[in-house]
Amino acid sequence: MDNAYDGLTDAGEEKHWAFGTGFTDALTGVGRDIPAVDREALTAYCLMLGDDALVYSQRLAEWCSRAPELEEDVALANIALDLLGQARLLLSRAAEVEDAGRDEDALAYLRDERAFRNVRLAEIDCGPGPGGDFGTTIARLLVFSTWRLALFQRLAGSADPVLAAVAAKGVKELAYHRDHAAQWVLRLAGGTEYSRERIVEGLAKVWAFTDELFATHPVEAALPGVAVDPAELRAEFDQVIGTVLTAAGLDLPETRQVAPLAGQSGRDGIHTEAMGFLLAEMQHIARSMPGAVW
Amino acid sequence: MQSRELDQFEQTVAADHRVEPRDWMPDGYRATLVRQIAQHAHSEIIGMQPEGNWISRAPSLRRKAILLAKVQDEAGHGLYLYAAAETLGADRAELTEKLIAGRQKYSSIFNYPTLTYADVGVIGWLVDGAAICNQVPLCRTSYGPYARAMIRVCKEESFHQRQGYELLMTMMSGTEQQRAMVQESVDRWWWPSLMMFGPPDAESSNTEQSMLWRIKRHTNDELRQRFVDMSVPQAAKLGVTLPDPHLVWNAERGHHDFGEIDWTEFWQVVKGDGPCNAQRVEHRRKAHEDGAWVREAATAYARKKEQAA
Amino acid sequence: MTRSSWPLYEVFVRGKRGLNHVHVGSLHAPDDEMALRNARDLYTRRNEGVSIWVVKAESITASSPDEKDPFFAPSGDKVYRHPTFYAIPEDVPHL
Repeated sequence: MDNAYDGLTDAGEEKHWAFGTGFTDALTGVGRDIPAVDREALTAYCLMLGDDALVYSQRLAEWCSRAPELEEDVALANIALDLLGQARLLLSRAAEVEDAGRDEDALAYLRDERAFRNVRLAEIDCGPGPGGDFGTTIARLLVFSTWRLALFQRLAGSADPVLAAVAAKGVKELAYHRDHAAQWVLRLAGGTEYSRERIVEGLAKVWAFTDELFATHPVEAALPGVAVDPAELRAEFDQVIGTVLTAAGLDLPETRQVAPLAGQSGRDGIHTEAMGFLLAEMQHIARSMPGAVW
Repeated sequence: MQSRELDQFEQTVAADHRVEPRDWMPDGYRATLVRQIAQHAHSEIIGMQPEGNWISRAPSLRRKAILLAKVQDEAGHGLYLYAAAETLGADRAELTEKLIAGRQKYSSIFNYPTLTYADVGVIGWLVDGAAICNQVPLCRTSYGPYARAMIRVCKEESFHQRQGYELLMTMMSGTEQQRAMVQESVDRWWWPSLMMFGPPDAESSNTEQSMLWRIKRHTNDELRQRFVDMSVPQAAKLGVTLPDPHLVWNAERGHHDFGEIDWTEFWQVVKGDGPCNAQRVEHRRKAHEDGAWVREAATAYARKKEQAA
Repeated sequence: MTRSSWPLYEVFVRGKRGLNHVHVGSLHAPDDEMALRNARDLYTRRNEGVSIWVVKAESITASSPDEKDPFFAPSGDKVYRHPTFYAIPEDVPHL
């Protein structure tokens, strides 16, 4: 694997940009064949990756009309839209593999909390709500996009043609998200005393949810050649984060990790208390008007 | 005797050429433009809130993506317009401070609450539709940067209006509850949409001079009439009733007649006592002030980098 | 409360290979790198450009007004941004 940090620094590379790369529909011409693996596991895996994007997009969209400057409002909305796009492709794939008559909306709006398989990092309030601020938001964006980019770079070689195509498209987007986060980490760390405090505190808050990102789940273990083993991502993740923090003159946060519950966490449907509220808000119209069309 | 600069300015405007930033222009023209463009920019930014209110609850993922992209567009439109105002010597930060201090206005339509998801559709159809009626002529307004910003805005607004109408058509094809929801929303937004064109020509203090300068190209009442004439067949196609018993085709005029607008309510909202005036300005003030430390940090970082270079 | 003092930048986009960069508008950014990123987010949301220039407005020396109309090409990615994405019956007037 090439140095993942290249994407942060090499402004001349096309992968740096989410535009201009000629994709009209990410999945045009992509085969829909379902690989010969455990279908239940593959459905669950698509849900994991789709829920990460959906739930995090829901959080990022909370910034809309609340960002520190109008230009940043537009940038955060772009990132939320990219992730929402990834979520839709992945939930649609989950529905296709599951083959139980559900679609992306049934999966997003009619599943209960326990059936959501996103990592807890995606769901916690990092601002603009009371749980954080722009510093915490940037810290989560750095951690999440660094992790997901490393994951998608590998997933692009998946034996599932749809997952591979979604990942190939997502890599361009995530490289941009990571770059955006890294640029802001540099500015907040090197800006004022106060902004430095905010990014340090933000990193400490989100760092507590990092170990969960790299824990191999039985679903992933059951899909060799299709799923990426997240344990493999740790070294690259640490290296990229280390490079950014060194450039920013920051130390790696020494935060204790938030424990799973009896060995279970987000991937198993065991979430934080914030998750119920997030879903209540997201799902309420769809659930309170059965039979409605949108 | 009239100055040579004023002659030149008047000739430029009369020939329908564009006035550009470095041209000489009368102080009144500059002041009128700054006021109008700033109000327009503020309207886009404040206008993010009523619809932004529904992003987290959008009832399908497709609708969520559309709505988020739309509200994001409004931030972009505000940006284009603030930039046009800045070519006249205004400063965005100053304009924002005037907005949150209540010293500059924005379109009163955004002081009405969004109460159901149908409002997202009706805002697209009626509010954006009215805005387009107002804005299309501005693509030919006499000040170049404003006209160019409006060309871009209008292109994107057509997406906004169509997504609204499409949402309403979809809802009308749905359940009885959904159809009732659309009608109820149309009932609430129709009159405020008509008010978007401003006071009647007889009471509009700025219209005459603005027309002469070709900042404005049609009167409030002309544009309002055009909007009513456009909306009636669209409402019929949609299957909703516009809440005006006096709305009727007048073959002699070749236009629809319509009922009297409640100008008392109009002035009440304009003067700051609409249902959401305080809430909208407070939301913007909070975002601006909460973001101050971030803007300062980036400025401080840039300064350090420059000094180190 | 502190005023934003981010400088104003002018943005130029090359719509596609073979064309000149064209002025498309302005934005505020704390520095050149962020200006480039903000320009990408603001002015190429619909895949309008393949190359962007940004320059601080204060660095431009101007003779006389010579701005031209911006050029915007549509893109194919986020199709829901485009008016034609919405199926509207042809007999609905003026939409």
